[in-house]
Amino acid sequence: MIKVTIDDIEVEVEPGTSILNAARQIGGEVVPPAMCYYSKLPGTGGKCRTCLVEVAAGSTADPRPMPKLMASCSTAVMDGMIVKNKTSQRVHDNRGGVVEFLLINHPLDCPICDQAGECHLQDLGYEHGSAKTRYREERRTFDPIDIGNKIKLHMNRCILCYRCVHVANQLTDKRVHGVMHRGEHAEISTYIENAVDNDFSGNMIDVCPVGALTDKTFRFKSRVWFLKPMEAECACTKCSGKAVVWMFGNEIYRVTARKDKYGEVENIEDKTAWICNDCRFEKKDPSAWNITGPRKIDRHSVISQGKYATKIDKGLNKIG
Amino acid sequence: MAGRKLLIENVHIPGIETFDVYRKNGGYASVEKALKKMTPDEVVEEVKKSGLRGRGGAGFPTGMKWSFLAKPEGVPRYLVCNADESEPGTFKDRYLMEKIPHLLIEGMITSSYALGANVSYIYIRGEFMYILHILEKAIAEARANGMLGKNIMGSGYDLDLVVAPGGGAYICGEETALLESLEGKRGNPRMKPPFPAVKGLWGCPTVVNNVETIAAVVPIVNNGGEEYAKIGIERSTGTKLISASGNLVRPGVYEIEMGVSVEEFIYGDDYCRGIANGKRLKACIPGGSSVPILPAHLVTKTAAGENRLMTYESLADGGFASGSMLGSGGFIVFDEDQCIVRNTYTFARFYAHESCGQCSPCREGTGWMEKVLHRLENGHGTMEDITLLEEINKKIEGNTICPLGDAAAWPVAAAIRHFREEFEWHVTHPAEAQTRNYGLIQPRVEEIKAL
Repeated sequence: MIKVTIDDIEVEVEPGTSILNAARQIGGEVVPPAMCYYSKLPGTGGKCRTCLVEVAAGSTADPRPMPKLMASCSTAVMDGMIVKNKTSQRVHDNRGGVVEFLLINHPLDCPICDQAGECHLQDLGYEHGSAKTRYREERRTFDPIDIGNKIKLHMNRCILCYRCVHVANQLTDKRVHGVMHRGEHAEISTYIENAVDNDFSGNMIDVCPVGALTDKTFRFKSRVWFLKPMEAECACTKCSGKAVVWMFGNEIYRVTARKDKYGEVENIEDKTAWICNDCRFEKKDPSAWNITGPRKIDRHSVISQGKYATKIDKGLNKIG
Repeated sequence: MAGRKLLIENVHIPGIETFDVYRKNGGYASVEKALKKMTPDEVVEEVKKSGLRGRGGAGFPTGMKWSFLAKPEGVPRYLVCNADESEPGTFKDRYLMEKIPHLLIEGMITSSYALGANVSYIYIRGEFMYILHILEKAIAEARANGMLGKNIMGSGYDLDLVVAPGGGAYICGEETALLESLEGKRGNPRMKPPFPAVKGLWGCPTVVNNVETIAAVVPIVNNGGEEYAKIGIERSTGTKLISASGNLVRPGVYEIEMGVSVEEFIYGDDYCRGIANGKRLKACIPGGSSVPILPAHLVTKTAAGENRLMTYESLADGGFASGSMLGSGGFIVFDEDQCIVRNTYTFARFYAHESCGQCSPCREGTGWMEKVLHRLENGHGTMEDITLLEEINKKIEGNTICPLGDAAAWPVAAAIRHFREEFEWHVTHPAEAQTRNYGLIQPRVEEIKAL
């Protein structure tokens, strides 16, 4: 075990752990936000740059500070490393810069976006964004397209985290979509309007940190905060059958996998409980599910009750 | 001619691109010497002694890079030559490969032997398709003459050399993006660590070197590392190819000994012979489009008043406040008629076009800078835009996966640092900015004080 200090809190972790995961072991405010890293999908991370942290001392053996801010999701901890996240002004400024970059081309369509309420970019914008944009040009726009018969792609909202590409690589047997073009023009797309058709492709919706990939069986049906999440099980031959059904009255509006407080699909019996498309899109009849009880959702989101009030009370109101 | 030439000395011999003429003029001597008389470690040792530094831009000591190569049992090692020369202002590798292809082949064989690679690759940019044919012809000749294939020159060493073309992306000149592209994937730079020396091509230890670096191994093995290190000043040893372009009387590719003064290089009879059409020097970018631009008063003299020399150290003297970098040796000269804002916009447009789009600061930031500069250049800018550019710069620099973000930020930051008046003039005189040029700048007061 090796010792690492994050924001003046010491923690012991296994060698090879990333700074981000070490911070998650502490939990709370010291955890850097992550838009592209997904612990259940090897190979993700390093792209969004929102998890940048300052390494004030590399290790006990070499206590020099690292000159650049490091991506905490892909930097392994060393014994005696000292990391600054919340306590570093430099991190705060640069994270604000990254959020500004992510938002310059992102539409402000939260009021009609299905992801609103469970959107990581919304949270991030609230924590680190500024009230006004300095971007005067037109935003880059794409038309929403069907990517497979149950998934809608709103490329305008995409932040190119590559998570869905990793899902297709790791959960499905053949990836038919990916990132095309370069730079600002990069977009998630299928080659020649190919359809994503696979038993596990629906997990792309669950991993999407923003509203770029949405469930066509749920689109515009309801706001997520009006729904009641319930833990449910079913006998499924393809997947674990353990999911969360989102109910309104006695109706099931949508089905998702069980996600933890970082928005990642939970491990059940040491296996990531991805759910199959049958469970997600087809089983909307409550009789198909054995509903075991209410699902506790970690309301870190900006829409959770009282969040605005407390922030403003703390004097963190930056509007102006 | 002033200065020794080690790489392109024989370039004017007719037929030097063929194996027979090249061999008659002392070609492949380094292969013979290395394979017959030296162990691989001895070759690495010579390169270390030579003090050769990577010619692709970063200037990392080649010998050290080679000695970092992991050598696990039963795992192949690869040498990859980076011939994806796409930096605006840099065209030395193209010249070298086009005129004297066997020098690169010879360097590849000697270097591969030193590193213990049995398959080596030359990754060449797609636009250089005609050079690909030249190289393939040279490789076929070398193979026919027993310089490639099994048991080269009876030494028991086997080597295959493959030329692989890219699709023409600037980003594939970044070594890990190059490896991704070579593996047939999208050319996105990889996260580091692990470095290619540990996990490179197909997960095997790999060394990626620039064309000129590999070519320089030939004279180093032939004459010995110490002899090579005698040329140049301190840690900048040997000769360097400089691609001189812009408003010069005689632009072109020059092989210089490290340590020639910048003044001599621009105005000397052996080199560029001064600014064309009797104009005055306005600015100079000494190392390709990615490095900071220098205003006239800082080109030939450093801020401390010393003569600026063509070395890694001297060009970087003063840091980014008053210095620049040798980079890849793309020496771009501007005369008094050139518009710095327009030039900065051109570069920003290039980087916005070439960003791979993988990490957010570079993807969004380069595009944003391009748009703001476009506004400024076309007379729609405001004073806030100049500050905005500076802030975007700060948010990109150092926060990206690969150096492309830095390369996009530095030229803009330097242009604003040294030519702020010209940017402001574009805001205050939008109509005039379209029709005529700002002209020479006067050094700012604080800069004069620094001198």
